Amino acid sequence: MPHDHSDHPHALLPPDPALRVKALETILTEKGLIDPAALEEIIDTYQNRIGPQNGARVVARAWSEPEFKAALLADADPVLADLGYYGRQGEHMVVVENTPQQHNMVVCTLCSCYPWPLLGIPPGWYKSDAYRARAVREPRKVLAEFGVTLPDGAAVRVWDSTAEVRYLVLPMRPGGTEGLSEDELAALVTRDSMIGTGLAKMPGELPS
Amino acid sequence: MTRVHDMGGRFGDGPVKSEAEGAPVFAEDWHARALAVTLACGALGQWNIDTSRHARERLSPKDYTRFSYYEKWISALADLLVEKGVLTRDDLQGKGAAGLHALAERALKAENVAAALAKGGPADREGGPAPLFTPGQAVRARIPADNALVDGGHTRLPQYAAGAQGYILRLHGTHVLPDSSAHGLGEAPEPLYAVRFHASSLWAHAEHPEDEVVLDLWQSYLEPL
Repeated sequence: MPHDHSDHPHALLPPDPALRVKALETILTEKGLIDPAALEEIIDTYQNRIGPQNGARVVARAWSEPEFKAALLADADPVLADLGYYGRQGEHMVVVENTPQQHNMVVCTLCSCYPWPLLGIPPGWYKSDAYRARAVREPRKVLAEFGVTLPDGAAVRVWDSTAEVRYLVLPMRPGGTEGLSEDELAALVTRDSMIGTGLAKMPGELPS
Repeated sequence: MTRVHDMGGRFGDGPVKSEAEGAPVFAEDWHARALAVTLACGALGQWNIDTSRHARERLSPKDYTRFSYYEKWISALADLLVEKGVLTRDDLQGKGAAGLHALAERALKAENVAAALAKGGPADREGGPAPLFTPGQAVRARIPADNALVDGGHTRLPQYAAGAQGYILRLHGTHVLPDSSAHGLGEAPEPLYAVRFHASSLWAHAEHPEDEVVLDLWQSYLEPL
């Protein structure tokens, strides 16, 4: 049963959010239910080790190797697992390719589903009410707020992550990048370009 | 009837405030702590991802709206810990029993964090009903967008798609049904499909005739046309 509470237990904790977290952490630690060293490990993982640099490497390789790209688009899970990009919130991946005819954009209207092993923890805007509410109804206005202008004739396909499938956008490779190495290409792949609220950078373009 | 988290299509939220790509992953230290405490508690094995999502959705509309993202997480976690009998209300007030908890041996250790995060929690399952729909087939999303098993229960069918006609894009496989799993009613796996909807079948004033929205929907959310 849903167990709607008229008096939610959380109200027994301090109202200030930082103090609320601290209080719960202290209670759980005293009971041996959480290990402070494990918390540090979790934080370090998502703060320093797992982030959009992972997704950027995948995109750069897909731009460089047609066979890799074909395999990635056909069935991403084994391809990404081979690269070590598997794990929590990335168990079932689908990669969708932007083309001159179709621009893809990802949202989770119901919560904040996001491909953690490839992009890390989602940015605040991705979790905001405004993005969740508007991305499905007026994606072009949202794109304009991100400074994105689509090619004439491009349709927008918005992917609402309502299940445990996570989506990564394969942005279009910018012109003038022939002969660049995978590392050089990866440096052009922004986080937002893999969510679909941005485009890959042009060579020489300054970081946003 | 839906809950406050089901906000796809809602009007009135204003512009999206984007952030620079290099911004810190956690804007405040307590955001990182809230995430880590929540993941560590999940490892105690007293609930699943559907239960924890539903706990956030069951925050009162007033709390859901006024709480920031990680405030929702930590508050729903406290509610869930009490609801599942891991902590008592006295514990939350600092008046609980002292000493180690019976579940302490299950606590996630630092040396196991990497393996636990890498292992993840796949949602696909063997068995379940055979797929009824094939790619290209026209379907209609169920209306109302309520949990059919539990009144006011968890569901992943957004209200904005309820009753709309769409087309099967692909079959993802057979996945745990959140409407059942969130309520301790078993995993009840079902075929899961990506279903594409013309924006004009969802919105009265769609931005462009060629635009589409794709949702991942379980078989029991859909009916043939």
